[in-house]
Amino acid sequence: MDRIADNYFNLQVMAEAFPAVLRGFGITVLVTLLVIISGLSAGLGLALLRTLRIRAVDLLIVIYVDAFRTLPQLVVIIVIYFGLPYAGLALSPFVTMVLALGMILSAFAAEIFWSAMLTVPRGQSDAARALGLRPRHVLALVVLPQAIRLALPMLTNRAIAIGKGTALGTAVSLPETLGQAQSVMAIVANPSPLTLAALFYLALFIPLVALSRMVERRFGPGH
Amino acid sequence: MIELFAENFLNLDSLLQVYPLLLQGLQLTVLLAVVTLPLSILWGLALAIACSFHNRVLNIFLIGYIDFVRAFPVVVLLVLIFYGLPLLGFKLSGFTAAVLAIALNNSGYFGEIFRAGIESIPMGQIEAGRSLGLRGRHVIALIILPQALRKALAPFASNSLELVKTTSIAALVALPELLRSARVAQEQTYNPTPLMAAAAIYVVLLWPFARWVAVLERRAQMQR
Repeated sequence: MDRIADNYFNLQVMAEAFPAVLRGFGITVLVTLLVIISGLSAGLGLALLRTLRIRAVDLLIVIYVDAFRTLPQLVVIIVIYFGLPYAGLALSPFVTMVLALGMILSAFAAEIFWSAMLTVPRGQSDAARALGLRPRHVLALVVLPQAIRLALPMLTNRAIAIGKGTALGTAVSLPETLGQAQSVMAIVANPSPLTLAALFYLALFIPLVALSRMVERRFGPGH
Repeated sequence: MIELFAENFLNLDSLLQVYPLLLQGLQLTVLLAVVTLPLSILWGLALAIACSFHNRVLNIFLIGYIDFVRAFPVVVLLVLIFYGLPLLGFKLSGFTAAVLAIALNNSGYFGEIFRAGIESIPMGQIEAGRSLGLRGRHVIALIILPQALRKALAPFASNSLELVKTTSIAALVALPELLRSARVAQEQTYNPTPLMAAAAIYVVLLWPFARWVAVLERRAQMQR
């Protein structure tokens, strides 16, 4: 028991590691926020582009969406970070993470927004057209508000799942929470910094998981 | 310009050279998925069935567990298990650590998916089963589960796909699965073609499955 306390909950080691892990946590939160904002807005943009029904554009979007829905997060990160420099494009770990996860989220979000827009009954847009609204007003005032409501549970779940991918930044030596904890752990030969990092992640994601439960209940099936 | 691009990213020579390495990596990826997926599904199903007895104290623990393991990024679990446990005297191989971390994380996801499926079955079904003289466990096995599993199909398939993709994090504990093999090959050949090949393998193998998931999800949304 003492050994567990000493190895995993060593307060002295934790106190030593705290400033570094806290700095890492700042980066984790920043990357997560940037990924969610850029991913959701790019996804919405792609879904809106599809409403124009230009065949060539649709095809490109479908290829993009399918590719980034099937590629593992870590594969995209590694390809951008270790592959792109051969094309003369060397990105920092921070930009790599935001770009990789943002593109993946945008692919999922585009699909979710688009299928939600298709689910809004046709009668709704017909009625709005009959009332004399212009096409873009039909989209902005009638179709989108209903579609976003429908899409919300899946969007929050997906955004949280991809937000958790920021911990993969450790693979490209981004000094985020997990990476910082690992480097302190290597110095002090004690895994308590990892426990500290785990607590930080719980502090960030347990409220988000609870939020997704709430969204599910409020906007989920049957509401 | 295009030649330079092709030489770097679509270099056939380097692909032929590292092809056996990639194939070995793919085998290990498939093995990881084949071991982890059934384990996570059964673990999640057990959690959901335990929830369906609606024992209040038990459910607080179960839902607490589900939310707890879902809140952790799976890489954090992997690092904790692989680098943290040896100090207690458990030395786990990279493979075992990856299976444990992924299954632990996904038991929460599958548990929640099956739980939500079971909850969506109307009480009347249970009461009808009971009034026909079926026992509690028979009501669950014969009436609730078949309907719940059907309702849970879309998120279930989607999460299974995510799990297969997640096996790539095993690369972080030096397990030579597909991604790790591609990285090693890239360093041997000074050429990113093996990385592109690994990415292409993932897309080609998982694409039909991803299409199927998209169809299921769209159908589930239509039914609301």
